[in-house]
Order: sequence, then C-alpha cells, then structure tokens
Amino acid sequence: MDFLTIIQVLDSTIRLATPLLLACLAGLFSERAGIFDIGLEGKMLAAAFFSAAVAAISGSVWLGLLAGIVASLVLAALHGLASITFRGNQLISGVAINFLAAGMTVLIAQDWFKQGGRTPSLLTQGRFGGIELPFAIGPSDAAAYGRPLSELISETNVVQQVYSELISGHSILVYAAFLAVPLTWWILFRTRFGLRLRAVGENPAAVDTAGVSVVGLRYAAVAICGVLCGIAGAYLATALQAGFVKDMTAGRGFIALAALIFAKWRPWHALYACLLFGFLQAVALRYQNIHLGSFVIPVQVMDALPYILTVVILAGFVGKAIPPRAGGEPYVKER
Amino acid sequence: MEVMPKWADVVLIPLISLLLAAILSALVIIGIGEDPIAAVKLMVEGALGSTYGWGYTLYYATNFIFTGLAVSVAFHARLFNIGGEGQAMLGGLGVALVCIYLPWPHWSLALIFASLAGALFGAAWAAIPAYLQARRGSHIVITTIMFNFIAAAVLNYVLVNLMRPKGSMDPASQRFPDAVHLPSFQDMFSTAETALFRGAPVNVTFFVAVLACVAVWLLIWRTRLGYEIRAYGHSETGALYAGISPFRITMIAMLISGGLAGLMAINNVMGEAERLVLNATEGAGFIGIAVALMGRSHPFGVFLAAILFGFLYQGGAELALWTTIPRELIVVIQALVILFTGALDNMVRMPLERLFLWLRKRSG
Amino acid sequence: MQDDTGRPTTAAPAIELRGISKAFGPVQANKDISIRVMPGTIHGIIGENGAGKSTLMSILYGFYRADAGEIFIAGKKTEIPDSQAAIAAGIGMVFQHFKLVENFTVLENIILGAEDGRLLKPSLAKARASLIDLAQEYGLNVDPDARIEEIGVGMQQRVEILKALYRQADILILDEPTGVLTPAEADQLFRILHRLREEGKTIILITHKLREIMDTTDTVSVMRRGQMTATVKTSETGPEHLAELMVGRKVLLRVDKVPATPGKAVLQIENLHVVDDKGVERLKGIDLTVRAGEILGIAGVAGNGQSELLEVLGGMRPGTGSIRLNGVPLALSGPDADGQARRAQHIAHVPEDRQREGLIMEFHAWENVAFGYHRDPAYRSGPLMNNAVLRADTEAKMEKFDVRPPDPWLAAKNFSGGNQQKVVVAREIERNPDLLLVGQPTRGVDIGAIEFIHKQIVALRDQGKAILLVSVELEEIFGLADRIAVMFDGQIMGERLPGRTDEKELGLLMAGVNGEAA
Repeated sequence: MDFLTIIQVLDSTIRLATPLLLACLAGLFSERAGIFDIGLEGKMLAAAFFSAAVAAISGSVWLGLLAGIVASLVLAALHGLASITFRGNQLISGVAINFLAAGMTVLIAQDWFKQGGRTPSLLTQGRFGGIELPFAIGPSDAAAYGRPLSELISETNVVQQVYSELISGHSILVYAAFLAVPLTWWILFRTRFGLRLRAVGENPAAVDTAGVSVVGLRYAAVAICGVLCGIAGAYLATALQAGFVKDMTAGRGFIALAALIFAKWRPWHALYACLLFGFLQAVALRYQNIHLGSFVIPVQVMDALPYILTVVILAGFVGKAIPPRAGGEPYVKER
Repeated sequence: MEVMPKWADVVLIPLISLLLAAILSALVIIGIGEDPIAAVKLMVEGALGSTYGWGYTLYYATNFIFTGLAVSVAFHARLFNIGGEGQAMLGGLGVALVCIYLPWPHWSLALIFASLAGALFGAAWAAIPAYLQARRGSHIVITTIMFNFIAAAVLNYVLVNLMRPKGSMDPASQRFPDAVHLPSFQDMFSTAETALFRGAPVNVTFFVAVLACVAVWLLIWRTRLGYEIRAYGHSETGALYAGISPFRITMIAMLISGGLAGLMAINNVMGEAERLVLNATEGAGFIGIAVALMGRSHPFGVFLAAILFGFLYQGGAELALWTTIPRELIVVIQALVILFTGALDNMVRMPLERLFLWLRKRSG
Repeated sequence: MQDDTGRPTTAAPAIELRGISKAFGPVQANKDISIRVMPGTIHGIIGENGAGKSTLMSILYGFYRADAGEIFIAGKKTEIPDSQAAIAAGIGMVFQHFKLVENFTVLENIILGAEDGRLLKPSLAKARASLIDLAQEYGLNVDPDARIEEIGVGMQQRVEILKALYRQADILILDEPTGVLTPAEADQLFRILHRLREEGKTIILITHKLREIMDTTDTVSVMRRGQMTATVKTSETGPEHLAELMVGRKVLLRVDKVPATPGKAVLQIENLHVVDDKGVERLKGIDLTVRAGEILGIAGVAGNGQSELLEVLGGMRPGTGSIRLNGVPLALSGPDADGQARRAQHIAHVPEDRQREGLIMEFHAWENVAFGYHRDPAYRSGPLMNNAVLRADTEAKMEKFDVRPPDPWLAAKNFSGGNQQKVVVAREIERNPDLLLVGQPTRGVDIGAIEFIHKQIVALRDQGKAILLVSVELEEIFGLADRIAVMFDGQIMGERLPGRTDEKELGLLMAGVNGEAA
C-alpha cells in the first residue's frame, strides 16, 4: 500500500464521515437536551429525497439543500410534537419517523418522477461540486495540462499530495460539517443557550423553576437537529452521490447514533468517532476482503464493526457511556 | 378513581388512533392522485375476496403474530425489543441448519425441531443485549438496533461464504429437502373438486402462531412468571422488594421475546421460501412493533392487529400490481399506526379523558 | 400600624390570594383559598400530607395555573402564568426536592435562567461577585466552583436560597425545608430565615411539623383537605390547637399500649456494612438486637442509612457482616439473600415507599395482596396461579383491615394513601411473621388510618413478635417504640429508652453529637 493510496483512503474517509458527522452533531443537540432521537435515519432520508428532487426540478442545488432542510425540519417537528408536547415515547416516535420517511420518499418519488422510486440523476448544476483550494492541484489544472488529475497528483511531492487530495477538492458541505464541530462545542459550553440546553437534558425541573421554558428549549434543540440532519441528507444525495435512490441512507443514521454514544455526547469526540466509522466504511468500500498475512477479514466484519464497537462501548468495557440524565423521559411538572 | 372506563382505554383509543392513521393514509393516496375508496376496494378484493387472497393475508399475519408477540412479551417487562428483525433472521439460520443438515422422516418432526432451533437461535441473539442491559445497564433499544445490523452482516457472511451451493451466484442456501415441506392450507383444505388457497403460502404454521397466542396469554396473565414479568415491568424497585430478580426477569423476558421472533422463521423460511435467503424477514420484525402497540400488548389484540397488517400487506401488494401506488404505502401506514398508537397516544387520550371527566361531572 | 412583632407594616400585604381553586382531574387539591401575608414576616402554612399546601405554593410560583382566583403581590393584581412571571414578581421558591443540575457547578446553577447576555463568561463573573456579597450579607457561604453532586444536602439547600436571592426575590417560599436536615442544620436554616426577615424579606414556610411552626413563624395558616381552615397569630395558639385544626377533631397524639415484655432475641445484627452502587459506604458497622415482643424504633434524619438497613434486612440489597434470625444466620448476598428468601424465613416488610416498592400501582388490589407471596403454594393451582383463592383472600383482608372501598378489582393507584398502606400492612401482618420490618408506616397517611395502623403494629408486638420500626417522625418513634436507636451517617449513635430521653437529646444524636462523649 503506497502513500498515495493511504491518502486516497483517508480522502474517502472524509467524504464518508461527513454525513455521519452532521447527523451525529444533530443527535448531540437533541440528546443533550434530553430528547432521544433514533429517527436521525428517517430525517436524513427525507432530506436526501427532497434535496435531490428539488435540485432536479429547479436545477439549483441550493434550493435543493433548502428543501432537504425543510423536509427534515417537518419530521423533527413531528418528533417534537410526539415527545415534547404530547409526552409520548421518544423511541417509538423515532421508529415511526424512520418508517414514515422510508415509505413517503419512495411514494412521492414514484409519483413525481416515475422512475421506480428514485430521482433523475443530477447534473453538475444540481450537485455540490468540489472546492479547489488555492495552490491545490485540481480538475482545472488537469484541464489546463490535458492530463488526468490522478497522474498529476501522483507526480507531485508529498505535501502537495496531502493538500490536493485530502484537504482540497471537497464540497462546501464537508468544510461546513467540520467547522460545525468547534461551533457546536462553543455553543454548548460558552453560551447561555448551551448552558440551558445541557441543563434541560440533565434536569428539566431546574430549568423550569428558573423561569426558562423547557418546551421552548427542547423544540429549539430538536429544530437544530432537524437542520443538521437536513444538511446531512442533502449531502448524501447532492454531493456524495448524484440523486436519490430508495433507502440510500443505508443505516447511516444509526451509525451516527453509534458514533454519538461512542463519543459520549461530546462534540470533539463525535468528530473522532465519525472519522473512525468513516474510515471503516472507506476501507470496506475499497477492499472487499482484507488480507492480513494468512488471515482474511471478510468485508462483512468491516460492515458490522461500527455496530460491534458501539455495543462494546455501551457494555462499558471501554469506559462507561452515561447519557444525559433526563434523556428519553418526557418532562412532567412535579413538586 | 379511574378517569376513563376500561373499555375506552382498551377499545376506543386504539380505534380512534387507527381511524386517524386511516384518514391520513387516505390523504396520502389522494395526494399521489389515486382514489382512496377504489384503493380500499381493491385491497379488500385482493386480500379478502378469495381464498388465495386470504392465503396471503394469513401468511403475513402469521409472521406478524410471532413478531408482535415477541415485542409484547418484552413490553410487559418494560423492555423495548427493536431487535425482532435480527432475531428472526438468526431464527431463519437455525431453521435452515436443521432442515438442511439433518435427515427428517416426516415434516411434523422436522417442524418441532425446526421450531426449537428457530426459537433457540432467536433467543440466543436476544440474550446478549439482554445480558448487557441486565448486568451492564446498556440501553437495550440501542443494542438491539445494533444487533439487527450485526445479524444482517452475519447472515450475509454465512450465506455468501458458507451455505451458498457451489456455482450459485445467489446469496442463498440450497433448497430444503421435500421431506420438510410443511403442509400448506392448499394441501390441507383443497378437495378434488375445489382448489382452495391455490398457490398461497399460508401453511400449518398459522396454527402454531395461534397456539403461541394462547401460550403467551397463559404465561403473562396466569402464571407466576408472568406475574413477575408484569410486576417488574411496572416497577423495578417493587420487583426488588418482592424478591423478583431484575436480572432473571430481563433475561427470561428477552429470551422468550427473541425465541418468539425466531419462531417466525418456520413460517417464512420453512413454510414459504423453503430455503434461506438474504432478506427473508422483509421487515416483519419491525411490523411487530406496530402490531404490539396496536394490540396493546395483549395476545388477542396482537392477533387482531396481525390480521389487519396481513390484510394491509396483501392488499398493498395488490395495489402495487394494479395501480401506480407502490408497496411502500404499507410502510407509510405502518409508520402512522406506530405514530398514533404509540408515540401520539396522549394526543388521543388527553381530550378523551377530558370528555369523560366532563360527562361524569354532568351526570354526577 | 403595628403588628405584634413591633415593626411597622405597610397597609398592603406582600402576598394576597383570593379564592384560589385548583383541581387535578377528579381531585380538588385547592378549594377557594384566601390568605394574606404581611411583608417582613415569616408565615407558616401547616397541614397534613395531601392537604394541598404544596399545590397552593406551586400556583403562587407559576408552576400550576389556578382554575379560579386572584393573586395580589404588594397590593397589585398579578398574573403568574409561569415561573418567569413569579420570579419577575419577586417570588423565589425552595422546593422540597431541590431543582439543581447535579453535574453543574454552584455558580452555573445560580445563573441558570438569570444570565446577563448570550455569553457565559461575563455572567459567571458577575454572579461570582454578587455571591460574595450575598454570603457576607446573610452568612450563606458556599464554594461557587463545587459541583452539586459533590456537596451535601444542607449546602444544596443554600444554593437554592442563593438562587432565589440572586434573582432579587423579596418573597421566599420554602416547602418542607427541614425534611432532609439534621436538627442542627435546621436550626441554622432558621437563623438564616430570621436574618432574611430582618432584611425585610417575606418568608412562607410550608411544613407539617408543629414545632417548626411554633418556633419560627409570626403567623400561621392551617390547611385541611384542600381548604384553608384558619389563619392565626402564632403567639396566640399552641400545638394542640393547631393539630386539632389540621385534622378537624381532637387527636390522640399518644398511642395506647401496655409496657413491653421483651423475650428472647429474634434479630441479632453484628457489624453490618453496606456499600451502595456508587461505592459509597452507607452502613458502617451496625450492631442491633430486636427481641420478641418489642418494638425497636430507629430514629434519624432521612438519608443516614435507615433505608439501607431495611433494604438489607428485606433482601433488597447485599451487605456484609452477620445477621441472625432466631439464631440462624441469614445470607447477605447471592441468590439466597433476596426478598423471597426473607419471606420464607418469616420476615415481613412494610417498605418505606409503598408506591414504588410495596405495591404495583397498576395492579388490582387482589394482585397486590399476593405481591411478594405470589409463589405461595396456597395461591397456586397446578402450573398456574389460583386467582379465585387470591380474590377471596383479598376480600377477607379488606374486611378485617377496613380497606375502603372493599373492591378487590380496584387498581392500587385508585385507593387513597391510607387505604393503600392498609393493604400493605394487612398483607404483611397477616403472614404472622417472626420479624416485621416497618419503614415510615404513616407517611402520607390520613390521621384515621395512622391510628389504625399503629394499633395493628402494637397488637403484633403483643403477640410476641419482634418489630423494627424506621421513622423520621420523632413523634411516631416516641409513640410506638419500646426502645430507640438513633442512626447517623451509617452508624448507631446510641440507644435510649423513650421514657428516659427527650427530643433534644435525640436531636443531638441525630446530628452526630454523642451526648455521653461530649
């Protein structure tokens, strides 16, 4: 395995980690406020469809992104209605939302596009393209020299390889996702909103008696969760891939959930966990079975590894994951 | 003092929830440019209008009875087992191993041992999350979700690398021998003159499912173990006080739950496909959640809800065949049922309670 | 105008409630309540559990909305739809169960909801400065950077008071503030309250303890069954009169019983240790003996290991050391140490919390009568439970213990507190145990049922059974116990005979001060 291959796998890691990271941060806001969300998957899926559909119809990827966020927000509002206003079971609500998204996306896709539950493939206009950072070797250089980009990169020096292949050339959503990590940390631990958000996930009664609306805070958290899931879904359909296909989230919402537990509900750790799980996906994508000498790791192990790791973490063998104390419980006023 | 009479709680609320789900589903059908009344007619005709339709409806219902009971038993111990899907997958593996690798003189013997194997594999797959919940406090909802994915990976590996016949590209096991063919309703009820249930997959397993309903009812409401499961489900501290071991109940309830989910495999794997394929469960494990919620975790309610969902599945297939409405409509209906009977229960309950309170004040 | 404390008062009351009513479903918690509290006074509100005191104060704090009635603050009609409005009106509340975020620091808890601006840093700095001022002004010292989970309950209560003062509260409501405090801590609290009154604050003290009312308040209102029965000057009343107002008839504060005739030792505890789930040692070497035909009362402030003692004896948690019943050692851990094993050894247990432990609230009464004894062969027929026998048994017990309504099909949650407790007591006493464990037998129970339950416990003693009674109510301990042991911090501070001690001496022991050593 040469250096450039490693760089390429890491590059792919970043692309694959991005939707996980956005969804994971989404879950972080929600669960830190005490609302468990196993409906990340459904919100991403809905956003993936609506972003691709609107991008396909309008030709504008930004309108697509907006539509994706709105779709995700609608489902987030439903989750809020069930778990905050009507104090229902948050897990059951999440399950329902996942199915609702799985069914509705195909139903509407079939009605709108009649292509067997998918959207038409998106052309350049309808997708988020890669951003070429200054001094990086990108497609424009390839066009100028009239040679394939991969050749140009393989001939350059190591620093330029890392810069051009790994750091440059991602879509704007990738950079946004990575910037969202410090931003989330800052909001959570340096602002009034963050203090209240964490408090409402630990002890909503303390927030309520301090004269702050528990319902308002929790809806705000659920809405942020919706926006981030919306971006994650839009990224899947309009950046990572070119259009929507049925069930295209393929369990990413649950991997993000796993990453959230793995990270013990902390923003920076969420980044590391998502990079790890993204790396696993990237490796599984590139190599079917991994040969370590005479020992072969089948691809299925790579597929299952995020889930296995999460179970191990949950079992407390590698440090105990303690969720926010009021998580999952609807708030009922008590003296 | 109860705010509401019991019948309102048991019958009225589920009915109103169902009605809400139905109205929204109708709106969805209108939204995609179809006529909901015609759709319902088509579904009824397709699912209940012939013994063939019934044959499919009851086949699906059999699956859902097993998974619905599985979720219900866990619910009684206040455990939310989302892992029915994975447990049913593993149950399929158990059934397939028994059917392929052991010689059977008669289907009845094979059925008994395949049931045991299916239940055992399903239970084993539930045992790990149960143990982690009981001993390490790992949230069972998350671990069972994770175990669904792990089960899919395991099955994928086994089918692709171990059980696939040589030369086959299909990730599936070989066909089961004829000796383990379960009698279908067609075999049982058709006479020389009239062919009933022709080609429909419903088979003798349906009666096993009905038996399972009765057994679960006895277990939960009539035995000491059931008493302990319900007591633990209502109050863990109470259970501790009464000398009911939380560890024991968590394990037993989840083993029974996983076993019931695994039992489903005798219907879909042994009774219908007669070989093990990758996506044998087709989401039945998740439908069990909707069925258990709608059936209020009572075996009789589960039975009725399973029939309803069997009807929806068969009717939905007919719809997809004859109209532009895709099968995913059923997934939407399923989601709405879970939403209204599960998560939005209070939305129906709160106004109803107010109504009863007002009625009582007026009469009293 | 002068009141009896000799200080001038303005014409307008600090708080006036007019005609407040509130119902929860079919239960009328407050019925047409009116009250006036003058500024700069300590006003007590006393009543039994469930009389509606906490509901009334929660309405005043915007926690619940009243169905009818008006609130006037300093003479001005004020709407209090939420806690925000209450805080704005200058009302602060210290709840019985503290409303603090456990893994936040003291400072973070104090600014929560009262931050200045969107960023935390300046808010924290400002709060730190004013905390120092408040500490000096009222003698309320706390470490601003300590996490709540690391400080004791007395300190946590201070944080709650500081929270209110930081929000510039003029009116402070305290709901049962001494329930978790030692007598010494309680005295300190009352000193702080007096200091606050001197600074012109108005204080409402909610309690069910007559002594606190007599010692601390200027005026007192009595509540009974959701209604305000009287408001009087504290100096013009006495405990007997207040008790009568509370329950609506003359009450016997003493339990009728003949002196005990203790027999052989039934329960012998030696060097009992318990470590809880968090690794904290809750029992630090307990030695106790309970004899046949006597009631041993365990006095102490809640949270000093009494619950753990009952739980070890009842098979609800493991321990180490030695416990013998009639000379036979009991298992203290493992499968033979559970509640089933204890029942088989003729230990019955009326737990401290009947709603969380003693009953399954959703179960029918007849199912609850089997609770803990559900594996009794008498309740069995073949592999199934014999529900007919159970229901007949329930009817008999309901009749004997006067449970109302005598309906075996009613769910436990639909009985009143007193009748729930009667079901538990009937179930346990009718087993004719050698040893009866009793925790807080009359908590949240109406006076009539208290008398009945006390009589049953004494009757069991007179049959020669051993009884271990845990109660945080000193009055109950004095009334029932033949011998008193005081627990503090997981240890027995001393044993006393009820006739040869008084509340003061017990209070010192409860605070960890051993009178003999001092």
